[in-house]
Amino acid sequence: MRDARAAIGALALAALAAAPSPSLAEGDAAQGERLFRPCAACHMIGEGAVHRVGPQLNGLVGRAIGAVAGYEFSDDLVEAGVDGLVWDADALDRFLAGPRDYFPGTRMVFRGIRSEEDRQHLIAYMRDAGGVAGEVVAEADTEAVDPEVAAILGIAGDVPYGEYLANECTACHRAEGGGDIPTIRGLAPSVFIAGLVAYRNGSREHQVMNTVSRRLGDEEIAALAAYFQSSE
Amino acid sequence: MTINRRVFLGTTAAAAATLSAPMIARAQTRARVVVVGGGSGGATAARYIARDGGDAIDVTLIEASRQYYTCYFSNLYLGGFFDLEDTAHSYGRLAGHYGINVIHDWAAGVDRDARTVSLAGGGSVPYDRLVLSPGIDFIPDSVPGWSVNVQDRMPHAYKGGTQAALLRAQLEAMPEGGTFAMVAPPNPYRCPPGPYERISMVAHFLKENNPTAKILIADPKEGYSKQVLFEDGWERHYPGMIERIGPGFGGDNVEVDAEAMTLSIDGVVETVDVCNVIPAQRAGTIAFAAGITDGNWAPVSAYDLSSRVDPNIHVLGDSAAQGAMPKSGFSANSQAKVCANAVVAALTDARQFPARFSNTCWSLIGTEDGVKVGATYEATDEGIVASDTFVSQLGETAEVRAETYRESLDWYEAITTDMFV
Ligand SMILES: Cc1cc2nc3c(=O)[nH]c(=O)nc-3n(C[C@H](O)[C@H](O)[C@H](O)COP(=O)(O)OP(=O)(O)OC[C@H]3O[C@@H](n4cnc5c(N)ncnc54)[C@H](O)[C@@H]3O)c2cc1C
Ligand code: HEC
Ligand code: HEC
Repeated sequence: MRDARAAIGALALAALAAAPSPSLAEGDAAQGERLFRPCAACHMIGEGAVHRVGPQLNGLVGRAIGAVAGYEFSDDLVEAGVDGLVWDADALDRFLAGPRDYFPGTRMVFRGIRSEEDRQHLIAYMRDAGGVAGEVVAEADTEAVDPEVAAILGIAGDVPYGEYLANECTACHRAEGGGDIPTIRGLAPSVFIAGLVAYRNGSREHQVMNTVSRRLGDEEIAALAAYFQSSE
Repeated sequence: MTINRRVFLGTTAAAAATLSAPMIARAQTRARVVVVGGGSGGATAARYIARDGGDAIDVTLIEASRQYYTCYFSNLYLGGFFDLEDTAHSYGRLAGHYGINVIHDWAAGVDRDARTVSLAGGGSVPYDRLVLSPGIDFIPDSVPGWSVNVQDRMPHAYKGGTQAALLRAQLEAMPEGGTFAMVAPPNPYRCPPGPYERISMVAHFLKENNPTAKILIADPKEGYSKQVLFEDGWERHYPGMIERIGPGFGGDNVEVDAEAMTLSIDGVVETVDVCNVIPAQRAGTIAFAAGITDGNWAPVSAYDLSSRVDPNIHVLGDSAAQGAMPKSGFSANSQAKVCANAVVAALTDARQFPARFSNTCWSLIGTEDGVKVGATYEATDEGIVASDTFVSQLGETAEVRAETYRESLDWYEAITTDMFV
């Protein structure tokens, strides 16, 4: 299985190297950098990139879907990668157009980018800033997590307190389903914590979640993470 | 004030000794919590107390109706964005899954010394802790000429279900170019943006079905919730259709005649085709019967929603005078969870955590044009106070407004699940 994946990845790479797909060639990385700003609420790319709410995106183009080390992907992405699918230009284009149309079970809460041109700019930017698979243009640190997140991961969460605090969340977040208010059960603790930290420090913007998270201290986020993990 | 559990059960047993035999048996084994009103506050409180109290607490829910029709989204139903049937919820799972004893009857009175609730259908139910979440009632004569006796001609549609259906039917039957009038309520009332979301939805309906019709609002208030957002939206979606007459122009001096279908504003009489009268409001009758009100509402402690008059009674939602939270379904649900934690902690050895509240109210102005306002709150000795607030902005993109609207649909699913599932 692993071999097959590597082989297909290599094929895709070879194709990219030999004849970059015309659509990829069209993208303008400078415009893509501007368009990447909303993505940066969840993703890092470039030197020193670490996983946050979403995985770091170095070496993305040409790599297997949902396979980068140290990040817990949704089943949909993991299965796609295991089946041999890679992030070639077409797959990225489809995903960015409507993440959930492509992978209904994805945890990436993002509506999609309508303009095909903008998607091409973004893909060009990600290729430039993070390199293609196998070619290291920027070092990622797949083991490291954001220090703010790491500090909370180190706290032993108080589960009964977390259960009480979660009562606030269940007014909006259901145990299953929900599109614009996604379910928050079953998120990996690192992803759950990274999400709340990003809302709390404002790097991810959303009026409701910024307000909800601003009054959560580290202890409270740890308690919530421990409860949501235990309640599965 | 919190009562130590042993002392508490001790006094209950002692009090029960003077009462009927079957009650002694029950009171000694399981603490009894009675909840009156199975709406946003009451259904949530019953469900959480039953869930967290386990075998130690016996929960009884007294609710007059077999089905609860949410007021939230009844405006969207008027606008054609939501089905009325989808606003109905039943109590099957609260009874079946949570073991709550659901009694469909009207709670007629409370004997605070004996700690019993009497039922209109006869008999009474004993409690150790009583939770009241009866919503609102209308203040008689607050709109001269209007009373509940004429609510079929001039609907309030401010309690869920049949009244909303009636208002919708009247809207459909309006003559071409006719006038829809609303008498808006004075503060404080349930759902501050509610009347104005309703105007938006009525305007949406009329724009599609009766575009020359007019909307007239007589309003006793200077300003209201999300006013700039509504006015901006009305200008964009329904230019020239809506006229609001504030207190400076007689909006606070109205009278209606349901027989003649007239609305008089500062003595100027106007014949209208639909007249939606939303009267001034006060706590549900049972709060008055229990003798725990001060003025129109029941004052409560912010820490556990216990009545300032009787600490064995908690009051949630619209009926409570709690401080800064708006009277909304979201608020009632939030208060219910704080109350449930306090009640379970008082009756078992579970931990009590500090009170914390939140609220978000979404409103729909036009197709995919949603706005929201919300806050987080904390408890102080004086009452509940806001700690952090937000509100939608003018000039947001259509994409942001559409997202806000879709969020409200997810919220509706989540909150009704949180109450009934
Ligand atoms: C048009 C409109 C739109 C709204 N939109 C929103 C919104 O978008 N978001 C939001 O958060 N809120 C909204 N609200 C407000 C919300 O409906 C109320 O604030 C909320 O329901 C209050 O909850 P409650 O538990 O106090 O009362 P209710 O939910 O009204 O529940 C009271 C229950 O008690 C029962 N009852 C009362 N007295 C007795 C008795 N003596 N014996 C037995 N049963 C009794 C009643 O039958 C009722 O079921 C809206 C309201 C209106 C009118
Ligand atoms: C709200 C947070 C969030 C935002 C904003 C976001 N993403 Fe994601 N992204 C995620 C998450 C979470 C995943 C993992 C998805 C899964 O496991 O289903 C992901 C996965 C991905 C992947 C797959 C990575 C892999 O290795 O398989 C790509 C590519 C991606 N995102 C690109 C983008 C781009 C480009 C943007 C901006 C246009 C963006 N994302 C915006 C959270 C986000
Ligand atoms: C008033 C409704 C509301 C409440 C209450 C609420 N949330 Fe959210 N939450 C949302 C919405 C809407 C989003 C999607 C925001 C976005 O698009 O970035 C969200 C997103 C999230 C995410 C990101 C999920 C992801 O996959 O990226 C997390 C984590 C989260 N919420 C946790 C919580 C926790 C924990 C609480 C309780 C302390 C809570 N929320 C309370 C509405 C709410």
